Amino acid sequence: MFTPMLSIWLNVVVQGVLTGLLYGLMALGLSAIFGVVRLVNFAHGEFAVVAMYAAFVLFRAFGLDPLIAMVPIAAVFFVVGFALQRMLINSFVGRPDHEQFILLVGLAIVLVNAVLIVFGPDAQPANLPYAFDSYEVGPLIIDKVRVFAAVAALAVCAVLFGFFRFTSTGTAIRACADNLIGAAVVGLDVRRLYAVTFGIGLACVGAAGSLMVTIADAVPSLGPAYTLLAFTIVIIGGLGSMAGALVAGLLIGVSEALAGFLIAPSMKSMFSFALLVAVLVLRPQGLLGKKPA
Amino acid sequence: MISLWGDMNRRGQVVVALALLLLLVAPLGATRYVLSVLTLILYFVYVGQAWNLMMGYAGQLSLGHALYVGLGGYVSAALWVHFGIGPWLGVFPAVAVAAAFGAAIGWLGFRFGIEGVYFALLTIAFAEFTRIGFDHIGFVGGAGGLFIPYEEQRLGQWWNLRGSQLFFYYLAFALAAAAVLLTALLARSRLGYQWIAIREDETAARALGIDVFRAKLKAVLISSSMTAIGGVFYAFYYNSLFPAQLFDMGRSIELILGPIVGGTGTVFGPVVGAFILTPLGEILISVTEHLGINAPGAKAVFFGLTLMTIIYLVPTGVWPWLSRKLGLARRRP
Repeated sequence: MFTPMLSIWLNVVVQGVLTGLLYGLMALGLSAIFGVVRLVNFAHGEFAVVAMYAAFVLFRAFGLDPLIAMVPIAAVFFVVGFALQRMLINSFVGRPDHEQFILLVGLAIVLVNAVLIVFGPDAQPANLPYAFDSYEVGPLIIDKVRVFAAVAALAVCAVLFGFFRFTSTGTAIRACADNLIGAAVVGLDVRRLYAVTFGIGLACVGAAGSLMVTIADAVPSLGPAYTLLAFTIVIIGGLGSMAGALVAGLLIGVSEALAGFLIAPSMKSMFSFALLVAVLVLRPQGLLGKKPA
Repeated sequence: MISLWGDMNRRGQVVVALALLLLLVAPLGATRYVLSVLTLILYFVYVGQAWNLMMGYAGQLSLGHALYVGLGGYVSAALWVHFGIGPWLGVFPAVAVAAAFGAAIGWLGFRFGIEGVYFALLTIAFAEFTRIGFDHIGFVGGAGGLFIPYEEQRLGQWWNLRGSQLFFYYLAFALAAAAVLLTALLARSRLGYQWIAIREDETAARALGIDVFRAKLKAVLISSSMTAIGGVFYAFYYNSLFPAQLFDMGRSIELILGPIVGGTGTVFGPVVGAFILTPLGEILISVTEHLGINAPGAKAVFFGLTLMTIIYLVPTGVWPWLSRKLGLARRRP
């Protein structure tokens, strides 16, 4: 029923989907920050790298599985994000993009080089005990770590969707994104909500980074690449659309996997950028984004 | 030029004249190292000014200017290495190629109404796309890099940009001075006023009858062409080109830090920014070396912190603040 060629293709696509879920979770964090606070978080990927190293250290020092370490790391990242927005970034909200850009690029430089000083430039593999286990489902051979990470990412996403849909704080944050003046008029504490949103955004990236360490080695130089990746996904998915960020994450995951398999791994991100340009030109509001009024 | 001079009060004129004079005679007293740092500063003044025209005046945020540096450098270097065509001739195709890319990006961006951060990401996407592409083009050495060979018999052939450090210093000085003059001229031209109108309010500018698309496209063309000339300078000054170095997003960022820290949309902002940031980087290198902190990244951490401090204290740039403090600008309503 499955020719060998077809099963290879299927394997590549499934792997792309699983990786894409992690990308999606990371982009979800940016989508919240970019969509609600309207802040261009150019340090997003660098935060992901810091989370990767945090998970790596927790695993090496205490044997804590990244799937569990994800929870405390996300919590710490939430606090950091909340404080950062309150103390530093809030005065830059609403300022021109290039001024925000310098502040966050400065932050990104500090983060990635602090990691570089502590851990050095070499790749650090986590070496999980079950790193080479896999499931066989029909013709598919799926890495256990990827399945675990993807399921965890989905769980975090579900929690997030629930938060934005059903809690009053979540609804208030969506109100800020929809109509800032209206939100302020009805008496929402916009500054606090922004800080919460930034915290949530960083918690997402913290969780995503922890999970990422199970499938990729931690390297400081990943920072800028992840920042670009997250922006690409958010724009392809559509600003302010959480489902869009997930879908675009999957799309990028699959396109990277296919391009790496068909052409050359080093050329995989070319297709993401081509996709980005195509979306910007043909559907600027993103795949699932609402058309601007 | 006359308007630039006339806009300054007496004190401003004296400061500018003194600075120019100092830069002209600097090689007399400077060591080779200081001269190389000054050359680097002037190079950043030049490319920063090119970016400033597009962002500071026309309001179009490009985060992919490394693309034009890289294209300018690669085209001129490839022509020289493969066909023996010298840079004075090679600069024309180099500029043409970069301007073509600029036109493509500008056309896509402005035709389809891609603005702000979205436009910035479009420029990044093009730069990264080209970087990865050049990694795979064997003709220019791929990821292994392209090198302009050292040839004994060519030494001192300044007309082929094979000069000494001193020659490159004065070349960078000429480029930087020309860029400042061009910016001052453009800022006072019809086109410059159109740019500022677009930057402030595009809808209002269109209502006034400005051909917004055309004016923005001109900004990209001028900026990309200027930057490509900077790329030619880079190629023949450093003699080695790697896609991962030239087209990297880090390069685009490095290039725009100066004008933003100095103050976008001002004639002297990029100059002040380059004279702050490049020496700062050099000082940090020597300080960290002196303190025995030779961890890679120590310098960059301080650099990042300084950057955040500056933008936090003077968000619109150092130059507007400085000229007010020193009373250099003529009071204008």
